[in-house]
Amino acid sequence: MEILEFTALELGEKIQRREISVREAAQAALAQAEAAEPAINSYVTLDPEGALAQADEIQRKIDAGELAGPLAGVPVAVKDNMCIKGQLTTCSSKILSNFKPVYTAEAVLNLQKAGAVILGKTNMDEFAMGSTTETSYYGPTKNPHNTAHVPGGSSGGSCAAVAARECFGALGSDTGGSIRQPSSFCGVVGMKPTYGTVSRYGLIAYGSSLDQIGPITKDVSDCAAFLEAITSHDPKDSTSIRREDYRFTEALQDDVKGMRIGIPRDYMGEGLDGEVREAVMRAAKVLEEKGAVVEEFDLGLVKYAIPAYYTIASAEASSNLERFDGVKYGYRAAGYEDLHSMYKKTRSEGFGAEVKRRIMLGSFVLSSGYYDAYYLKALRVKALIKKAFDNAFEKYDMILGPAAPTTAPELGSSLSDPLKMYLGDIYTISVNLAGLPGMSAPVGKDHRGLPIGMQLIGNVFQEKKLLRAAYTYECATEKQFERAAELSGTGAAPAGTDGAGQEDTAKEAHQA
Amino acid sequence: MANRISDETIEYVGILAKLELSDSEKEAAKADMEKMLDYIDTLNELDTTGIEPMSHVFQVSNVFREDVVTNGDSREEMLANAPQRKDDSFEVPRTIG
Repeated sequence: MEILEFTALELGEKIQRREISVREAAQAALAQAEAAEPAINSYVTLDPEGALAQADEIQRKIDAGELAGPLAGVPVAVKDNMCIKGQLTTCSSKILSNFKPVYTAEAVLNLQKAGAVILGKTNMDEFAMGSTTETSYYGPTKNPHNTAHVPGGSSGGSCAAVAARECFGALGSDTGGSIRQPSSFCGVVGMKPTYGTVSRYGLIAYGSSLDQIGPITKDVSDCAAFLEAITSHDPKDSTSIRREDYRFTEALQDDVKGMRIGIPRDYMGEGLDGEVREAVMRAAKVLEEKGAVVEEFDLGLVKYAIPAYYTIASAEASSNLERFDGVKYGYRAAGYEDLHSMYKKTRSEGFGAEVKRRIMLGSFVLSSGYYDAYYLKALRVKALIKKAFDNAFEKYDMILGPAAPTTAPELGSSLSDPLKMYLGDIYTISVNLAGLPGMSAPVGKDHRGLPIGMQLIGNVFQEKKLLRAAYTYECATEKQFERAAELSGTGAAPAGTDGAGQEDTAKEAHQA
Repeated sequence: MANRISDETIEYVGILAKLELSDSEKEAAKADMEKMLDYIDTLNELDTTGIEPMSHVFQVSNVFREDVVTNGDSREEMLANAPQRKDDSFEVPRTIG
């Protein structure tokens, strides 16, 4: 069996048994990345030299008996909004095109402690603002299942890298669906944990009250293992929560007997693609046959989640992104007159259109005279949305629905109408507002071969229930990671893509 | 009710956001913002009288710790990122007179 065929846990086991060396694993993933990148563009930075050095060091620790965990030696990728000391961290923005952090994000440190080999940093929507990975300054990422389509976003690079087997698992971040929606589009498993479960220290902030780091993997077992590795209570993040139980892999049980699952009617109605609806209902049926009690119910308030989210997230973004001013790091414009004009020129040249749009909206809703009517109103609606979920979880162990209303749209079809793009987040966004855990797992494909994901939403701290249900579904359907069709065989790039040109752009921008 | 963003408002937002916008960017920003605010106005369909604004889903207040330095001196590493530096400082354009 080829190395790339293994899941992260299978590979980790082979490494522990000395059947595969850490260097061999890293070389296999790097070779696949080099073959796939011209077509997919998952990575902003691929670091072969650094990865091989890490691999040798981790091998030494394994051989010395210092490292024996399930992810030791497994090659992974990290979304480019998480700081790694000394390594370019761009947030897929021009304004951070030359930024090398002086410290490493806690979630990445935890992954390093578990012995993972970090291959590089993955592409994303600029500052995580977007649902397609097309707002990246370094060119869009393509969906490995069909390169004419987007991978989703904003963690599109991480999801595409896993789907294209350019790594064995990745970290993403999720502010309004940015792990779950691209996982659904790319046919991989992705989880956004309960707010505060993974430290945000070193995650470049977008909407601080909503941002949460989570794993993106080939299957549910890997998801649990990565989650177990990255979660911790961190005094450096004041919103970090001390959990009683971090043993997420214990939840990998093939059993949902008696589990109460609610399907919101308001998630299955107007606007939902027919094939997505069918696939999600089939998945619900599978869980029902395994003993879960499945019923439909009215969640309520669904259509208010998006306007509340864009008010709150934009407000927080306008404040968080004030720090990018060309003084201490990152890009600085040339030809300014004074300090204020330097700020303005730097930010105007450094940020892309979608980022500017959200900074302006956020500045407006926070401004004197509008703060109560917009910002506080949205926070009141957030309280109502949280209450609607509280009511649902009095009756159900979890909520099941689609992760997105459609499968992956074609490249270039979303950005012309931002409001339409925002509507694609309708099933994921309220989960962030309420701080809940949510995961997406693949449940089939549409007639074009594009993956469909189901979303499982739990009450706060109930990740284990989600993992158990998703694992049971996997066992019942004998579902395994499905490699992307376009990259099967040699991993050669399909003809007629312009990926190579974009890679050059990224490199030029790095050198600038 | 359709929102109308005046030239003065977009000018003001540009100052708050520290962004320099060309005339065409200003027009586009006005149109975008009017559309978004119309959409956000749907929140007014909900009666939120007596509902407290929820800024955080968990009941957490300030988290304090002792003010003890735990990191080392990384002055050089930080200055290495500076767009412009002068000796041991970040350099910016003159700010007063």
